[in-house]
Amino acid sequence: MKCRFLIAAALAASVAVPATATELEVTHWWTSGGEAAAVAEFAKAFNAGGDTWIDGAIAGSGGVARPIIVSRIIGGEPMGATQLNHGRQAEELIEAGLMTDLTDLAVKEGWADFVNPTSLLDACTVDGRIYCAPVNIHSWQWIWLSHAAYEKAGVPVPTNWDEFTASAPALRAVGVVPLAMGQQSWQTSGAFGVLTVALAGPEVWLKVVKDKDVDTVMGPAYTAVFEAFGAARQLSDGADIQDWNQATNMVITGQAGGQIMGDWAQGEFQVANQVAGEDYTCLPGLGVNKIISTGGDAFYFPLVDDADIKAAQLRMASQLMSKEVQVAFNLKKGSLPIRGDVDLSSANDCMKQGLEILASGNILPDGNQHLSPDTNTQLEDLMVEFWNDKSITPAEVQKGYASIIADAD
Amino acid sequence: MEKASRPSQLFRNLSAKFAAIPMVLTALVIFVGCTVWSFVYSFTRSKLLPKPLFTTEDLFSIPMPTWLIKDGSFDVYYITGFVTKSFVGMAQYDRLWSNSRWLTSIENLALYAGFALVFSLVVGFILAAFMDQKIRFENTFRTIYLYPYAMSAIITGLVWQWILNPTFGIEKIVRGWGFENFEFAPLQNPDLVMFGILIAGVWQGTGFIMALMLAGLRGIDEDIWKASRIDGIPMWKTYIKVVIPMMRPVFVTTLVLITAGILKVYDLVVAQTNGGPGLSSQVPAMYVYSYLFTAQNLGQGLAASTMMLLGVLIILIPWTIIEFGGKEKR
Repeated sequence: MKCRFLIAAALAASVAVPATATELEVTHWWTSGGEAAAVAEFAKAFNAGGDTWIDGAIAGSGGVARPIIVSRIIGGEPMGATQLNHGRQAEELIEAGLMTDLTDLAVKEGWADFVNPTSLLDACTVDGRIYCAPVNIHSWQWIWLSHAAYEKAGVPVPTNWDEFTASAPALRAVGVVPLAMGQQSWQTSGAFGVLTVALAGPEVWLKVVKDKDVDTVMGPAYTAVFEAFGAARQLSDGADIQDWNQATNMVITGQAGGQIMGDWAQGEFQVANQVAGEDYTCLPGLGVNKIISTGGDAFYFPLVDDADIKAAQLRMASQLMSKEVQVAFNLKKGSLPIRGDVDLSSANDCMKQGLEILASGNILPDGNQHLSPDTNTQLEDLMVEFWNDKSITPAEVQKGYASIIADAD
Repeated sequence: MEKASRPSQLFRNLSAKFAAIPMVLTALVIFVGCTVWSFVYSFTRSKLLPKPLFTTEDLFSIPMPTWLIKDGSFDVYYITGFVTKSFVGMAQYDRLWSNSRWLTSIENLALYAGFALVFSLVVGFILAAFMDQKIRFENTFRTIYLYPYAMSAIITGLVWQWILNPTFGIEKIVRGWGFENFEFAPLQNPDLVMFGILIAGVWQGTGFIMALMLAGLRGIDEDIWKASRIDGIPMWKTYIKVVIPMMRPVFVTTLVLITAGILKVYDLVVAQTNGGPGLSSQVPAMYVYSYLFTAQNLGQGLAASTMMLLGVLIILIPWTIIEFGGKEKR
């Protein structure tokens, strides 16, 4: 401890930025290749400021990590800072007064002026106070297509969902799985959301997730989506995989035609040295509706008594939002920055498409901002059961979906 | 000295009683207290954090004119009775028993319990009977059979996940021998997945049952064997008609131990399939965890865990009565 303090003191003296150097434990679930490279940018920036980033990565995606993070905060063993998806996941923690209020810093730095879209900051706000620092925008609305697979099958790379389903038999004929899908429930549920936005349109989707309108679920637009989803589950037969990045890997290696997955898949293509437009194609909104949802990750800072830690938390929050860190992080991660005033000219083809759609304002909130974790879990259970049990008909799952939406809080 | 009145029962062995206080408190507060707490909160609509059944404001409030409350100058409540928003009665249980994931979990558990019970009892007993034949290297065999039990369920699950995986495991080896159409992927098949888990569970648990049975067999008097040999009774008949009835207490205890272990099966499934494919290998303990922590719905999770407790009690109470209740009569 003493030794560490000496080193920290020496560092602080040599860099001579802040008066104190503090260790801050940061928990997150960014463990795939692209994600780890991105989070290292945060750590680098934080350490450069004289503090020490203690990395607390939790493997196994948000579903595994969130319970650990939340129970540590509730159990009175809070970390210095943590990743969460903003939205309703931290709602009760904030209401119980377990999170640091960032409002003063946000006002001083004028977060409200540069955060784009503003809905990101709204998702951090409870009763007019700001409790989290958004760090990126993630959109679910993408399908990733493997050029190698389509070359092998001798068919052109599809440009929308209908062409994709039409090309499936050609892929099957050469032993390629048309659609890669991991077995974790959030993946099937997410893919269903993407299909809904693409086929039924954003207004219909919002009516269900935001207004919890049961009649819309039972209506014709949703019926068509459930049928399309029912047809899609045949396309993933033969892919016995669990994790999303294993599914992405099937697309990278040409074992699968495509994958419906959020733009975090981009980082995997980047790590594998693949070039957008040459080795793979990305279609926002499945090529039907060019739209992106603006979910994302945010950092929350649990409330602690220690004044040093509190100061370090605010330093970190300020850094995460800064232009340089935003650019470095998001280029590695393949996500979009939360501020509209940064230069991303080195971004690749897919990210540029995303930036264009963002600039045109064709955006949607993320499902997490309207659905509670309780409702989400039930929907995920329902969709993963439907995807794997081919004896369940689309009509049955539609009824199940409607009853969950009817009970949603 | 012996004429002096006996000290009251309460103060006998005072130091021993004093030493037992921490354990008594632990048992009362942690086991009984937390169980009662869980039970009570399963009737609330608690989400991430527990919400009390009713709040004191509701008990001591005075009715006030609407205009006073409306302008916010008085922080008072109407008398609303004892039952407030948080108490939802049996609603969590209603929801639980209409949830298909919970029902699947129960079905899976029943299937797993039935097979695991019969299989580990029968195989465990047969192994123990073989070990009891004064064989050579008994210690070595006993260690080999008991070794899987020393492994954690997570490790067991992972090892069997690899063995049963079609790309690296048994299927690949047999195909390598020339049987190109051989298919063996139980963990990827929703209809067979519970059997894949059963293989691992039985592999891990049988050695322990064997050890218990062997101890029971060693408790049988040598004279009984001698007597049955003199009477010319075949060995299998002696086992079934004489030895097994004599081992009744061992069987009952083993049965309770296996059943309690089966009811809380969790880590084995998490390591092998994580409840998949789809929801086809879900078990109740996974449902509890998922609702307590991932879904942030404490009430629902506690309702499910109360049902699990009920399952354990149904087994434990009759056992306690049979084993300890009738002692005075003997």
